[in-house]
Amino acid sequence: MAGTVYVLPKERFQELLDRLKADGYQVVGPVLRDGAIVYDDLHSVDQIPRGWVDQQEPGRYQLVHDRSQRWFTFTPGPLSLKRFLFPPSLSLFRVRRNGDGVQLQVTMPEPPRYAFVGVRACDLAAVAVQDRVYIDRQGLFSDGYYAAARRKALFIAVECQSYAATCFCSSMGTGPEVNHTADVVLLELEDRFVAQPRSERGAAVLTPLALEQATDEELQRAKHYVRQAAADMERQVDLTDIRDLLLRNLENPRWDQVATRCIACANCTMVCPTCFCFSFQEVTDLTGNEAERRRVVDSCFNPEFSYAFGVEVRQSVASRYRQWLTHKFATWYDQFGVSGCVGCGRCITWCPAGIDVTEELSAIRASDGSRKEQL
Amino acid sequence: MATKKPRIGVFKFASCDGCQLSLLDCEDELLAIADAVEIGYFLEATRKPLTGEFDIALVEGSISTPEQIEQIHDIRNRSRMLVTIGACATAGGIQALRNFADVREFLSAVYASPEYIDTLKTSTPIADHVRVDFELRGCPVSKHHLVELISATLAGRRPNIPRHSVCIDCKRLGLTCLPVAYGIPCLGPITQSGCGVICPSYHRGCYGCFGPAHRTNVQGLVRAYQSAGVPEETLDLLLHTFNAWAPGFRESTRSVPEELLSRSTGPGGSGER
Ligand code: SF4
Ligand code: SF4
Ligand code: SF4
Ligand code: SF4
Repeated sequence: MAGTVYVLPKERFQELLDRLKADGYQVVGPVLRDGAIVYDDLHSVDQIPRGWVDQQEPGRYQLVHDRSQRWFTFTPGPLSLKRFLFPPSLSLFRVRRNGDGVQLQVTMPEPPRYAFVGVRACDLAAVAVQDRVYIDRQGLFSDGYYAAARRKALFIAVECQSYAATCFCSSMGTGPEVNHTADVVLLELEDRFVAQPRSERGAAVLTPLALEQATDEELQRAKHYVRQAAADMERQVDLTDIRDLLLRNLENPRWDQVATRCIACANCTMVCPTCFCFSFQEVTDLTGNEAERRRVVDSCFNPEFSYAFGVEVRQSVASRYRQWLTHKFATWYDQFGVSGCVGCGRCITWCPAGIDVTEELSAIRASDGSRKEQL
Repeated sequence: MATKKPRIGVFKFASCDGCQLSLLDCEDELLAIADAVEIGYFLEATRKPLTGEFDIALVEGSISTPEQIEQIHDIRNRSRMLVTIGACATAGGIQALRNFADVREFLSAVYASPEYIDTLKTSTPIADHVRVDFELRGCPVSKHHLVELISATLAGRRPNIPRHSVCIDCKRLGLTCLPVAYGIPCLGPITQSGCGVICPSYHRGCYGCFGPAHRTNVQGLVRAYQSAGVPEETLDLLLHTFNAWAPGFRESTRSVPEELLSRSTGPGGSGER
């Protein structure tokens, strides 16, 4: 939505947060907690981890303080917006025996009205991917909680002017410029933000603040830092023919090689902002008169997740790793028409074995066509 | 629902009683359990002698003496369903450290008159001796698992007890990963979940109370920690605790050096890891 672009002075950022609260939003943004930058309730600008820089590499995350005046010098930590839009554990309903019948009580809560502040291009690209998973455009098979949370949510994005060594959004076409979903996009300058409303809802949030208009010079200067970040980003995935490449390499020996390193711990899928696997847990009480159904996030690395017809289908670690990588970068296109990866790099950083999807993809490409010895 | 209440027995072998006590610890559910089942044998709770047959036998402890071998066969013969509870019963327990060393040396180090002790060279899980229908892991077991096991059995369904890594539950809780952010070695990636992620919640690495996760890759984690610079001794000690003899863990360490072993298990030992 082209239109007026505003200036939000940094000293007025708190007003924005207060405004959102007054409008009935539960404000969520980046805060420093337990050694990492995570999304959590954001009440005050003082909670924003200003000047902190996250050093991320395969299997390693560390925060250091840099002296700059910049606020958003960090990239997202392990938690993504998935946690809010699709909670890791959710009670759906309870049933009680009632004479000859049963009585059903829906326990799924009404989701809060979230305003996500300071979220990044990759986060929003991931929301757009999850929309395709959970929201049915015909309206028949949508996930009730996700769809309701999503409908109410407001997104105030910040475009990244720096990136972590694990980021590869520019090669995935998902960032660092924000192309998806945002209601407002903020671009950081020394003492102010350039604020672009991208939706009516976004404009409605900014209007009451009566902000001054930004000059074209301000906008261009702020954009320049973002484009520079995009150009400098070293980590890449070559997407040429990626779907077919993977699907014709299902017998590549690389899967066995990565399986010697992969622990099948599932951390990659848990931190991935697009991974959507879940399972149901049925719990009965001791009397057998009451049962509850819960939904929990699950993972293709959990061998029991592939339990069907009395067997676990993916028993070897190699088969589970292959499922993850080929789903993300190949069959996701068949299923949802987009890549399942937005290049956020979380799975690389938070893998305790430091396994790097970009490296695994390059290795498959380099050994295209090799097959393991048939026994 | 069956009209006759299922008869339950709780049995103890080489163990500390902690797992049985978890059953008594189910305060909120205890009355409902007592109501739903008949407690046929449970020395921690009643003085009834061992007689008759059992629908469910909950077996705590490992097999470490010759007479225990006979007893466990007797219990198996009396029981429709036999469930092992806790790391001793499922993996041999901390006392299985003897399996890596010479038990006679321990005996002479600990007892004034070792000739009075009649013990096996090894401490082994119940499943090495008789058929086991289900196992509850942990040191101690989770009381939620005990309640779930009983509820599920009463309802005639499979207990809802996952066998995946601790990491899945750690991430569900939103905790920051210790090895990645702090370089603290954590056994969560290879350990079966169920404890409620207690240690990582308190900023301590998981030390594997629930034993190896289903179809995990222990060597993968060992190598990852080795290349991250975790000392061999630290890794050895981490894998040499309650579940040291569990398949998966037991192949993954060199045998523990004598000094470290005595330091971590001797009377009043520091329990250092
Ligand atoms: S790739 Fe890494 S994070 Fe994912 S399951 Fe394997 S070891 Fe765990
Ligand atoms: S696969 Fe990895 S890099 Fe891609 S979106 Fe998921 S966590 Fe991010
Ligand atoms: S992947 Fe791109 S959008 Fe995401 S944090 Fe890194 S630079 Fe920003
Ligand atoms: S802290 Fe431990 S249990 Fe939690 S995710 Fe990391 S390795 Fe797994």
